[in-house]
Amino acid sequence: MELVSHCVEETFQLGEKIGKYIVPGSILALCGDLGAGKTALSQGIAKGLGITEQVVSPTFTLIQEYEGGRLPLYHMDMYRLETEREFSQLGLEDYFNSSGVIVIEWAERLGELLPADHIAIHIQYLSERERKITVSYDESKFMQQPTWLEEVFSDENISH
Amino acid sequence: MKILAIESSCDETAAAVIENGRKVLSNIIASQIPTHQIYGGVVPEIASREHLEAVVAVVDQAIKVSGCTFSDIDAIAVTKGPGLVGSLLVGVSYGKALAMALDKPLIGVHHLEGHIMANFLEHPDLTFPFLALVVSGSHSGLIWVEDFGKYRPLGQSRDDAAGEAFDKIARALGLPYPGGPAIQKAALGGDSHKYDFPRAWLESDSYDFSFSGLKSSVLNFLNQCRMKNESISVPDIAASVQEAIVDVLAEKAIRGAVAEKTGTIVLAGGVAANGKLRERLESNEHGIRIISPSLVFCTDNAAMIGAAAFGKYERREFEDFSLNASASLAIFA
Repeated sequence: MELVSHCVEETFQLGEKIGKYIVPGSILALCGDLGAGKTALSQGIAKGLGITEQVVSPTFTLIQEYEGGRLPLYHMDMYRLETEREFSQLGLEDYFNSSGVIVIEWAERLGELLPADHIAIHIQYLSERERKITVSYDESKFMQQPTWLEEVFSDENISH
Repeated sequence: MKILAIESSCDETAAAVIENGRKVLSNIIASQIPTHQIYGGVVPEIASREHLEAVVAVVDQAIKVSGCTFSDIDAIAVTKGPGLVGSLLVGVSYGKALAMALDKPLIGVHHLEGHIMANFLEHPDLTFPFLALVVSGSHSGLIWVEDFGKYRPLGQSRDDAAGEAFDKIARALGLPYPGGPAIQKAALGGDSHKYDFPRAWLESDSYDFSFSGLKSSVLNFLNQCRMKNESISVPDIAASVQEAIVDVLAEKAIRGAVAEKTGTIVLAGGVAANGKLRERLESNEHGIRIISPSLVFCTDNAAMIGAAAFGKYERREFEDFSLNASASLAIFA
């Protein structure tokens, strides 16, 4: 699945739809260059989950937890991390086994440590404002297919 | 009155002994201690939990350097959040164990409260109330500080913190980490008005900060230069970026101080070390006094936790042994 976002507000809105339909235990792997809109998408997801707290970039803190929405949101950022040793200190396994929603920025850095049943969201630069957003996953790795994604992409009515 | 303080919220394991909330008897940060001293000559294998390995040695060192013994300590203070739960738990658990074994009160401190109170370590004449500009890798915010324990956030980060903007732009410019000092250094000799990078003022009455747009704008600019094969001047870009960040931080801080009718702004967090920011704030036309910690107390340390804990000690705000680490502690909850 893919779409073109014409501005950061549209990226936010896609996130909002994701937050509205996403199911417990989902792992979203966000990939894209600096400034692509990963945090904006994450902020939309938080809003869609009903989280009112300000969601900020987790680059420095590595993991931010947000309760108070329909599901807990665990917002992670692997940007600063490079070695397996650093990843191993995060206690990621505990989060991966939770029933919250996990959003990981710079998820590609995790390599093998990223659970296979994740949904990859690539945000690609087209121009200063436009981004191509591609959503993909490996069907064979899911016990239950993430059919909620279809609802995300067919939802035309969402306020912002 | 002596407090042993432990900080383990992020990358650093640190411990300090503070007397009467102001005097630093010791201030130890794990990365300053030779590895062999902590690990007994054995460098741990991959997957070791570094805080766990370091905390005992760091606390012992803090006690030793302070010239005290554990029995001289009146209270144990720990950072309870926010931060990485796994890291925080090391400090919290060890602090609890020490408090229990020594039969001393346990004090839990918010990491940002520590950053603000760090100013008391070197400015004993500082008095409440004041406005705090907290600027670090993880946070940018303006907080009205009425007294120990009485805080009112005026504004906070909406996306990327100021320190994070410095770090990410520095990386894009090929400058080293941490980005704040690197950009400050690169900016020397650069023209700070060469490029007009965007300042996110947000709503006219807002004290919130947003640096994500600046980051994107600089990256776009660099991409365009690359595509057009134009050469770039790192000093000019660094100076212009620093100017854009400092403009917003300083304008909002001064506006906040004037609105709150205070004569004092205190700086806190790693970005507080930025010379341009200090210079700009100090040149304010309102006679507002600018207080800032020296570098070692700007970045993460345990002395600041001891300074903040002192206020709690005086108010007898102690924790019981159910104290838990919290990743997202609302500001000063």
